[in-house]
Amino acid sequence: MFEKYDPREGKRLQLMDEKGKFTPNGGPILNDDELLDAFKKMLYARVADEMAVSYQRQGRLLTYPPLKGQEANQVGAVLALKKTDWIVPTFREHAAWATRGVPLYNLLLYTYGNEEGMNVGKDFRILPVSIPIASQTLHAVGIAYAMRYKKEDSIVLTYVGDGGTSQGDFNEALNFAGVWNVPVIIYIQNNQFAISVPRFKQTAAKTLAERAFGFGVEGVQIDGNDIQAVYQAVKLAADKARSGGGPTLIEGFTYRLGAHTTSDDPTKYRSDEEVKQWELRDPILRLKLYLISKKKITEDDISKMTEQFKKEVDEIFRKVESSKDPTPEDIFKYHYKEMPYELKRQLNEYKTYLEEGK
Amino acid sequence: MKALTLLQAVNDALKVEMSNDKNIIVYGEDVGVEGGVFRATEGLQKLYGEERCFDSPLAESGIVGTAIGMAVAGLKPVVEMQFDGFVFPAFNQIVTHVARMRNRSRGTWSLPLVIRFPYGGGIRALEHHSESTEALFAHTPGLKVVIPSTPYDAKGLLISAIRDPDPVIFAEPKRIYRSVRQEVPEEAYTLPIGKANVVRVGDALTIVSYGAQMKEVLEAAAKLAQEHINVEVIDLRTIYPFDRQTIIDSVKKTGRFLVVHEGPTNFGVGAELIAAVNEDAFLYLEAPPTRLGGFNVTFPLPRGEKHYMISTDRIVRKAKEIISY
Repeated sequence: MFEKYDPREGKRLQLMDEKGKFTPNGGPILNDDELLDAFKKMLYARVADEMAVSYQRQGRLLTYPPLKGQEANQVGAVLALKKTDWIVPTFREHAAWATRGVPLYNLLLYTYGNEEGMNVGKDFRILPVSIPIASQTLHAVGIAYAMRYKKEDSIVLTYVGDGGTSQGDFNEALNFAGVWNVPVIIYIQNNQFAISVPRFKQTAAKTLAERAFGFGVEGVQIDGNDIQAVYQAVKLAADKARSGGGPTLIEGFTYRLGAHTTSDDPTKYRSDEEVKQWELRDPILRLKLYLISKKKITEDDISKMTEQFKKEVDEIFRKVESSKDPTPEDIFKYHYKEMPYELKRQLNEYKTYLEEGK
Repeated sequence: MKALTLLQAVNDALKVEMSNDKNIIVYGEDVGVEGGVFRATEGLQKLYGEERCFDSPLAESGIVGTAIGMAVAGLKPVVEMQFDGFVFPAFNQIVTHVARMRNRSRGTWSLPLVIRFPYGGGIRALEHHSESTEALFAHTPGLKVVIPSTPYDAKGLLISAIRDPDPVIFAEPKRIYRSVRQEVPEEAYTLPIGKANVVRVGDALTIVSYGAQMKEVLEAAAKLAQEHINVEVIDLRTIYPFDRQTIIDSVKKTGRFLVVHEGPTNFGVGAELIAAVNEDAFLYLEAPPTRLGGFNVTFPLPRGEKHYMISTDRIVRKAKEIISY
């Protein structure tokens, strides 16, 4: 399917360049209205992300992992899926959540320190934030097995980072997916750093995508900052998976413009010049240039939109700030369907203590 | 009724439940064609097809990690870890996801899955084939841990574990897999998880144990009875959530308490049960509540395992110490 883009031959799928121009092999995959919609979604994610960082700096939000620069990998991929397809995220996929339609309130509430934020119901078909690196890729393979077993027309997309490819679970997930030939896409957001450790220290392989071939799985590297390339690759991989063609490994070549989390200082491990170079390859910038050239949007529209999004996010975050903290019951009652006696006993003892202190 | 070994009862439980529920999927290393290295899954692939019982790649984290996904998506995976000592590659998945998914999602995603494995020593095995790891799992919030000691219990408890809405670690006492036969009903039946079983009534001392160790405990009780010392024996059956009430009721009657288990003593199941006895039956105690557990040493290779295993005589001796305190 991706023969023209064999990563072992140094090929990378790109349909639109940094200047917003179609490449020789490229061309419009999404029409201009769809691109405008994708642009708005990326801009919304960008605004929400920058505001979350600023809330953290103001001491209003806890540790937050910014996704700035990676938006296309998430908006493009989720747009290429059906609503009945599953998403199995790691912890930096806020744009994927938003594109799937999950209220931003939930993610901010979770980041604010309340598990209730992950209580989004089953209909979005998205699993909770998963922090143990690459562990979630196996869950995706299991869901994919279940989809095939139940003869559902759904596929699964899971995210992992460049550092995650060093974990055993990533390798086991690719291996199980290959052997079982299940409908799953493992999407690596290669943002070049695992906290401070550069990509070349994770593997001697030239690309992360080529690692798929050792598992008998197809792999492709794409420009993860080109939303059309992301959309195209995920769409093709999803169609293949849906028709019984099995798994695909996609490496979105991208860059984390921000820190690993708000507790991280990236100036310790990379230069400003490098970051500036990547700012020129910003996924939002190139789409903006394209849409302006097509007269679908103006700079003025974008500023207004940005202001509007800021207002929306701020309203949401104020709601988060006025949310109630979990009760003692809340931290006990979700571990088992029925609370065991030992937990009831601990809870009651604690509640008695609270009562007596009044 | 059929007279089955504990191993056959496990196999029988899987057979009847798989015929009742098409969402049950059984897999692991060698469980498909061969039916497991102990044959616990023998015949399942023939009966239910390769989609429902199959050999997975040899990777425990992969087995448990994919089972999580299947459970999320509405299946009921019953996966096998080939041996107790091979569960560790899957430990991360068990502790960071199996045990937590329900709480993390505030009840949205529960994981009705079962992780089975043979546990314990005394079978003259290689290193890593004789471990008793139940305390590790019992210590992890969000898991249930079940260990049967008889064929009848094994079938009823495994069926309960499969039907349970929460994840269950089901450790099978491999030393007594084939040693005893017992009449087991042919149809499906359940035994409650979280409920201990008073298997011998007595008044001199309460002895709690579980799994393979029940064999020596019951032998010790019979020996003591010959000397007119009647001890009460409780089979814990579920390690977590443990049946505090049954233990406390018994200790209030006998005034003396001994817990015996093969797993290492320090920070073990016995420590927890003694704490419970101290909390709820302190004023009834005639002697210090006592534990007789495995040593806190690496389980020895076969030439040395006789020193590790807890013999009937050691239990008799310990019981007499407590009674004459």
